Amino acid sequence: MLLIRSSVGRKIIMAVTGQLMVLFVILHVAGNMTIYFDLINAYAEKLHAFPPIVWSYRIIMITVVLTHIVFGLILKIENLLSNPHGYVIKQSIRKTFASETMIWSGAFIALFIVYHLFHFTVQSINPELSARLNTDAMGRPDVMNMLVGNFQIASIGLFYVSGMIALLLHLSHGVQSSFQTLGLNSEKSIPIIVKAGKLAAFLIFVAYVSIPILIMVGLMDL
Amino acid sequence: MDLSLFVWRQQAPDVQGEMVAYSAKGISEDMSFLEMLDVVNEGLISNGEVPIAFDHDCREGICGTCSQVINGVPHGPMERTTVCQLHMRNFKDGDTIFIEPLRAKAFPILKDLIVDRGALDRIIQEGGYISVHTGGVPDANSVLISRKDAETAMDASECIGCGACVAACPNGSAMLFTASKVSHLAALPQGKIEADQRVRSMTNAMKKEQFGNCSNHYECNAVCPKGVKISFIAKLNREFIKSMISGDSSD
Ligand code: HEM
Ligand code: FES
Repeated sequence: MLLIRSSVGRKIIMAVTGQLMVLFVILHVAGNMTIYFDLINAYAEKLHAFPPIVWSYRIIMITVVLTHIVFGLILKIENLLSNPHGYVIKQSIRKTFASETMIWSGAFIALFIVYHLFHFTVQSINPELSARLNTDAMGRPDVMNMLVGNFQIASIGLFYVSGMIALLLHLSHGVQSSFQTLGLNSEKSIPIIVKAGKLAAFLIFVAYVSIPILIMVGLMDL
Repeated sequence: MDLSLFVWRQQAPDVQGEMVAYSAKGISEDMSFLEMLDVVNEGLISNGEVPIAFDHDCREGICGTCSQVINGVPHGPMERTTVCQLHMRNFKDGDTIFIEPLRAKAFPILKDLIVDRGALDRIIQEGGYISVHTGGVPDANSVLISRKDAETAMDASECIGCGACVAACPNGSAMLFTASKVSHLAALPQGKIEADQRVRSMTNAMKKEQFGNCSNHYECNAVCPKGVKISFIAKLNREFIKSMISGDSSD
């Protein structure tokens, strides 16, 4: 199939799966924000109320993530083979640290996702804090307790912050790149999309890290 | 002015090359970079040494033959300037200058600074044409083209096929080159007939010739002597998506 074989087709797959994940990441962080209204347990309970929806959502996301990883690796390997450069001196003019390290920020995000799923979905890491085992006064899984208990452990809090730094890097190049790949760009829009992409990456980053950081420094408690 | 040069010397495609030090003495600031190399070569020849091989033709910035990588930048430090149009007044007395060939998997080095850019020609052969009736010369303006489309096509057609974009790209990709050719013809009514086929064939040829994939680093545009815009890469991507939706799916 053209989409899978062609260089441009593969890039389009990266951009579409990338944008779907950006959408997911935004919905996810919006959900996280319920913590500031003391609603996180209620939100978590509603979210999981209807298992068929939860599972379809999960299957779609797993497919999207795996597709993105597989094609990201294919593109990266091809790119390395196309460029045995070996310039004695090479100056870069426009590429950025973020654009150069997509594969590494991506790899760290993949590691983060695996940890995160075992941590807060399967809840097999620090099971004594598991929300499923500890319910709140209303009998709901106590997500708040799980978050606070875990993020008070500095190594865990810092790992989450570093995961989000990787996401910040990945998206500060990825968002604008995906618009260019999908052809949704013009000479006028390019500088705007580059800036807006970085801003979006930054806002997502701040929203995510605010929770572990506030808990680590003790400003958020049970 | 006097300069010290480090130049890539490589006798043949399969021989290991290396940087060799030369000094260029008594260079006038009015010389072009290629004239400076001519002076060095005259010195080499009179000493019975083999001159530095480099590509050049028009020496007026329109043929795209003269690409070299100067201090790590294809075509050197001046924006929108080919090596032949780069003047020595952009350098200072005592400067050290590194000169290397364009490097990419798709551009095998033939000798010293000369690389084989035939891969770009083969991309062109895959779709850089339009279908027209042969015979009598058509009347002028028999096909009307809006000013906007004419300008777009002109901007895209500025590409001189020098290969600097490939040499600058961390992925050795020829996207800016291919995008300029695809966009040039897709913008014009005469090019619409083969538009779907063209974007597919040319991007396939790009892959077959072992150019890398575009990661939107935009290094290509930064070194392009004609300033070909990266919005043409977006246009190529649009043409590709259009061809997937509307084109026949035989390949
Ligand atoms: C799970 C591990 C991940 C890996 C291994 C990975 C890898 C990559 C790589 C290598 C690229 C660059 C492709 C290229 O050079 O053309 C890329 C692009 C991108 N990634 Fe990821 N990524 C991952 C996760 C994510 C996540 C979680 C998001 C969004 C929240 C994301 C969004 C994007 C976007 C928007 C692009 C730009 C697509 C384009 O260039 O058109 N990625 N990814
Ligand atoms: S020699 Fe023709 S462009 Fe430089």
